[in-house]
Amino acid sequence: MSLLKLENLSVTFGQFRAVDQISYNVNEGEVLGIVGESGSGKSVSSLSLMGLIDYPGKVSADELSFMNQDLLSMPEAQRRKITGSDIAMIFQDPMTSLNPCYTVGYQIIEALKTHQGGTKKELKTRAIELLNLVGIPAPESRLSAYPHQLSGGMSQRVMIAIAIGCNPKLLIADEPTTALDVTIQAQIIDLLIDLQKQKQMGLVLITHDLALVAEVAHRVIVMYAGQIVESGPANEVFSTPKHPYTQALLASLPESAAGKARLEALPGVVPGQYDRPKGCLLSPRCPYATDHCRNVVPDNQGPLERQVKCHTPLDTLGRPAA
Amino acid sequence: MFQFIFRRLSLVIPTFIGITLLTFTLIRLIPGDPIEVMAGERGVSAERHAELSAQLGFDQPLYVQYFNYVSGVLQGDLGNSLVTKEPVLSEFLTLFPATIELAFCAAMFAIFIGLPAGIIAAVKRGTLFDHSVMTFSLTGYSMPIFWWALLLMLIFSVNLGWTPVSGRIDVVYWIDDVTGFMLIDSILSGEEGALSSAISHLILPSIVLGTIPMAVIARMTRSSMLEVLSEDYIRTARAKGIAPWRVIIIHALRNALIPVITVIGLQVGILLSGAILTETVFAWPGIGKWLIESIGRRDYPVVQGGILIVASIIIVVNLLVDVAYGIVNPRIRHSR
Repeated sequence: MSLLKLENLSVTFGQFRAVDQISYNVNEGEVLGIVGESGSGKSVSSLSLMGLIDYPGKVSADELSFMNQDLLSMPEAQRRKITGSDIAMIFQDPMTSLNPCYTVGYQIIEALKTHQGGTKKELKTRAIELLNLVGIPAPESRLSAYPHQLSGGMSQRVMIAIAIGCNPKLLIADEPTTALDVTIQAQIIDLLIDLQKQKQMGLVLITHDLALVAEVAHRVIVMYAGQIVESGPANEVFSTPKHPYTQALLASLPESAAGKARLEALPGVVPGQYDRPKGCLLSPRCPYATDHCRNVVPDNQGPLERQVKCHTPLDTLGRPAA
Repeated sequence: MFQFIFRRLSLVIPTFIGITLLTFTLIRLIPGDPIEVMAGERGVSAERHAELSAQLGFDQPLYVQYFNYVSGVLQGDLGNSLVTKEPVLSEFLTLFPATIELAFCAAMFAIFIGLPAGIIAAVKRGTLFDHSVMTFSLTGYSMPIFWWALLLMLIFSVNLGWTPVSGRIDVVYWIDDVTGFMLIDSILSGEEGALSSAISHLILPSIVLGTIPMAVIARMTRSSMLEVLSEDYIRTARAKGIAPWRVIIIHALRNALIPVITVIGLQVGILLSGAILTETVFAWPGIGKWLIESIGRRDYPVVQGGILIVASIIIVVNLLVDVAYGIVNPRIRHSR
């Protein structure tokens, strides 16, 4: 069953479209990977799901629903009941994501108290359970620790404890390991995937670590300049990319450049507010771009479960179709 | 913590030496001396002048006078007023409650208006409210105290007749000096209407004295709140689905208060120095008016002693602020 459904979601800041008409859905117990380079709209789109886009940002969509409830039309107070309980989120930099003035225990219990309530003692027991669950040693004594006394990995575990505290059905992880040590990254991802399986949560994993997505995600969405350029089952997208951008992303991995002197890179940068091309957004950087690409915006092609936004999708050998 | 307080206190010693030296020399640099002022227009003969100088110790070299003064201070003796012959300390203690009362009410005015105004301006940044608060506080900050006092007096006391012009209480009441605080004494006196008279006398001076601190607090709170509101942990708090007021008061304000507390501490200095002008304009019988009058009379011991006590109070308050800092900010409390 579909947990979350997005239909043509856009987030605009004044004239600038940070997220441009994206549509996808997340099913129960599914891991969805969202990849793309910096500035492609990955984080903004996920913040909009939580209702965390601030003025002057504007969110619009044909549909934005969670378990068949329309999130956009619902009153703020009602939406807050879903935010943080049924949909939870963890962020990129755990060291700055916890409030320095309050203890770990206070910050975990605050979320529990808001959504579930209970006596002081129950809440405390529950917080200790949660810390245990996310693998923090000596949880009883950690409750009274302040964030500055924790390492980055520990802080991210606390963030995860806060997020899963109210048993969310959907967890959004926005680059959860980017700010962490390589050795800690694997531990945090293992923990997230473990919890996802245990609780059968839907998990949206936003990252630019393609290898990670290939390993853990069921489906993957590739974003470029606020648009979804390709989507499909993770193994298919990575083994036979149909969009030149996905192909370029994969080619930029150090593994693909084995034996070569330099890593493959796509020249240029993501277009900003003032240099958006007329046709396909990738056309200035695409090695296969034609005049048609430069002048006409491509539509989504292919079946819903395997879509690509390109005039000339690549074939199985990685060459553009005629 | 004790080590911290001790370290701070040891820094106070050079400050004290500086204050005594400055006040001692500056007051003597003003033309005229206490004897001439006492003699007034009639003047005084050279022999009589020399006689009085010797009696008061002014004939000795300056460094001897300074040494005598400082050794007196170290023994807790601030000297006697040249005019009233009363000990400086006891004069100060009689007048100080009036200043405290005024400064306290002004501080309350500044905090209770400035803090919420700054918070709301930050939360509703870019709106008309924000711009009004910022404009108003800039105006308030730039306004000379004496002029602002006269302006308010003209409007509210003279034209509208809402508040009295000067003094601490209406002349029809005779209030026994129990605590020195008119608000408390007027209640203790049990006289009908005394309290409301005391309050109405306090309103304008408090507003005048509190305006600059209020402006500073409002601006500081706003900029501090703006900074904190864009922090990652505010996003985390909002992602928990807690109510917006809770995000602002519990999560943002506590962090934003850290710099604001320092500023509030610094305002105590402004309140006490501002009290000098405010008390003079409103004929408020506190230490501000006392100091101004002593300068006019070249009452050296009063000026030296009064400024020394005021400076000590400012130092102590700032020390307390540093301690309060540690209470609000766990990162300071835990680091040694």
